[in-house]
Amino acid sequence: MTPPAASSSTSAFLFGLRSAVSSVFILVLSGTYVGLGALAHDFHFSQWWLALSTVLIWAGPAQLILITALGTGGSPVEAAIAVSLSGIRLFPMVVTLLPLLRKKGSPLRNMLLPTHFTSVSMWIENMRLAPALPVERRVAFCNGLSSAYMAAACICGFVGFYLAAGLPPLLAGVLLFLTPMAFLISTARNATQMIDRIALALGLTIGPAITAAHIGLDLLWTGVISGTIAYGVHRLRKTSA
Amino acid sequence: MSHTAFGLWPYLALVLVGFLPNEIWRVLGLVLVRGLDEDSQFIVWSRAVATAILGAVAAKLIVFSTGSLAAIPFAVRLAAAVCGFAAFVTVKRSVFVGVAVGEAVLLLGGFLFPG
Repeated sequence: MTPPAASSSTSAFLFGLRSAVSSVFILVLSGTYVGLGALAHDFHFSQWWLALSTVLIWAGPAQLILITALGTGGSPVEAAIAVSLSGIRLFPMVVTLLPLLRKKGSPLRNMLLPTHFTSVSMWIENMRLAPALPVERRVAFCNGLSSAYMAAACICGFVGFYLAAGLPPLLAGVLLFLTPMAFLISTARNATQMIDRIALALGLTIGPAITAAHIGLDLLWTGVISGTIAYGVHRLRKTSA
Repeated sequence: MSHTAFGLWPYLALVLVGFLPNEIWRVLGLVLVRGLDEDSQFIVWSRAVATAILGAVAAKLIVFSTGSLAAIPFAVRLAAAVCGFAAFVTVKRSVFVGVAVGEAVLLLGGFLFPG
């Protein structure tokens, strides 16, 4: 089946919008940003501040850290370090996403939007759906998908902000749980190869251990150690096969 | 928190403390990937690193929760994650089912065992 998105960039963009609306991530993002909206309200940030942070930062965990750290009067330097550590995951995502989207000799400017849009939701859906499209349509698809996600997140941030006063704490906790649950399950779904499964299993187990040990740079160390072990096993299996 | 409610400081903090420290990783990825071959082993390794970090972020948010999620006991959070994952594996590898079951268990557990 050839996707209808193959015919033009506009139809690829629209296909991206439709893929976003029909994916589970639109629900996860909506719930997450309702939660962040309520949190921003409780910590006395304005709804416009939250919307701007969604467009500029575009990473739920980083926004959660920023709001709680600044809102509780934490030091800006410590908050910046915590935000940056949580953002490390974006680096290997960009490194694996862009080669999927570009043709030889594509201009850099076509990569700027997909780079900024890179987030867990769009990465997982792009890695899953983009390979079926002709390479020259993938950037438009990616931008359509990401625009829909970002628009939903902004709108739901406002919804959460205005709902905040009526949101019971348990429900707020349930909304915050959407991010880890969706990260866990959707990463597991995309882990079809042994290398991904080993990496995920090690990340889940080594990660909290390194965090608990207060070694610092926990996500970086977890990623490098687990990813390297998974890659090593993958190479060994290839050479012995 | 009057200084977060008014004036330019929250917006300045948004850019300096939120946007720049986060965006630098995306820009680094963009710069580094320009010279790479599509089937480079570095990309294979990067994908494994990204996958491991996602697992670690999920585990960290569940184990070391903050905000209103921290008010729900750890055992409930863990049980919710395990049930959600089990549901995902048993029901056609559906992400929706996995997330929905995890959330339902968390809601029920949080209701029965207030922290």
